[in-house]
Amino acid sequence: MLIAITQLLFCQLVGEVIARAFDLAIPGPVIGMTLLLITLLYRQSIPHNLESTAEGILSHLSLLFVPAGVGVVAHLTILGNEWQAIVGSLVGSTIVTVLVTGWILQRLHGGANNES
Amino acid sequence: MNPDFGEVWVYLSASPLTALTITLVAYLLGDWIYQKSGRMPVLNPVLIAVIVITIGLTVTGIDYWTYFEGAQFVHFLLGPATVALAIPVARLLKTMRSGYGALAISLIAGSATAAISAVFIAEILQASEQTVLSLAPKSVTTPIAMGIAERIGGLPSLTAVCVIMTGIIGAMLGPYVLNAARITSWDARGFAMGVAAHGIGTARAIQINKNAGAFASLAIGLNGLATATLIPILYAVWQWWSA
Repeated sequence: MLIAITQLLFCQLVGEVIARAFDLAIPGPVIGMTLLLITLLYRQSIPHNLESTAEGILSHLSLLFVPAGVGVVAHLTILGNEWQAIVGSLVGSTIVTVLVTGWILQRLHGGANNES
Repeated sequence: MNPDFGEVWVYLSASPLTALTITLVAYLLGDWIYQKSGRMPVLNPVLIAVIVITIGLTVTGIDYWTYFEGAQFVHFLLGPATVALAIPVARLLKTMRSGYGALAISLIAGSATAAISAVFIAEILQASEQTVLSLAPKSVTTPIAMGIAERIGGLPSLTAVCVIMTGIIGAMLGPYVLNAARITSWDARGFAMGVAAHGIGTARAIQINKNAGAFASLAIGLNGLATATLIPILYAVWQWWSA
């Protein structure tokens, strides 16, 4: 587990360094994820260790959003003044995005991977 | 009562220990209510935790940044969690034999739709420019969205709030919208939830169907990449257009 955590942090660190060194718009963790993905696709198998640690972290993914979500307190003024625009934009855009993405994929890809 | 209670309070309100404990207790409470309700989408655990902590901070008068200084240990894990998304993505890509083109097309369409529709609706409803820019990356996972907002001149912390709200809205409404539109394939349902509502939508998809969960995880990672590339380009075009 310790090795797996080190691997994840190392990928993120390399990602952050690349993002800053080349002044990229893509955030460090995303570059780290891409590097790890390329490594995993290149290898024949996914290390069991890494797989179980990742599953552990990702199964509690929702928890990690809580501190940022509480940031709502820090922005009560903006939210108070512009809540109609913000809520309208978020609800409208989320519905349209779910529809567009789901519809296109179902149209193009159908039930190709639907057995589970 | 302890005569030094004032001192104890000063320690507690400034120590990361309190913020971390509160965060975990509030989340566990939210998750317990969610499970007890038979996983009603409206009772999203993140939403409940945020409401509970917000009320707690308002009542005790602790300001957000003091809380966040402690809770940032939880927040920090979003970075390694983003890297960890490579694992479900790799697993899925290894078993997938075809359909890459379909994924790429719906990904780019979804990513562009999310940013453009959010900006368009906010503009119509007369949001300030800073708010509009903060809303643009709201469909990708928090660390990525905050990075993008910083790049284009939005308010990263406001973006974080919009991202969480988007996730909650997506987790609440997504399944109904997909049913209404007769989108029945689990791949498409999961992928749509991941593209539109990142980690919170994915957490919901994982609970409903394993295949949907895998596609949703794939979507968060890919959409992070797509949006981080697409928004700076769209922003440049928009600047040029309105100049």
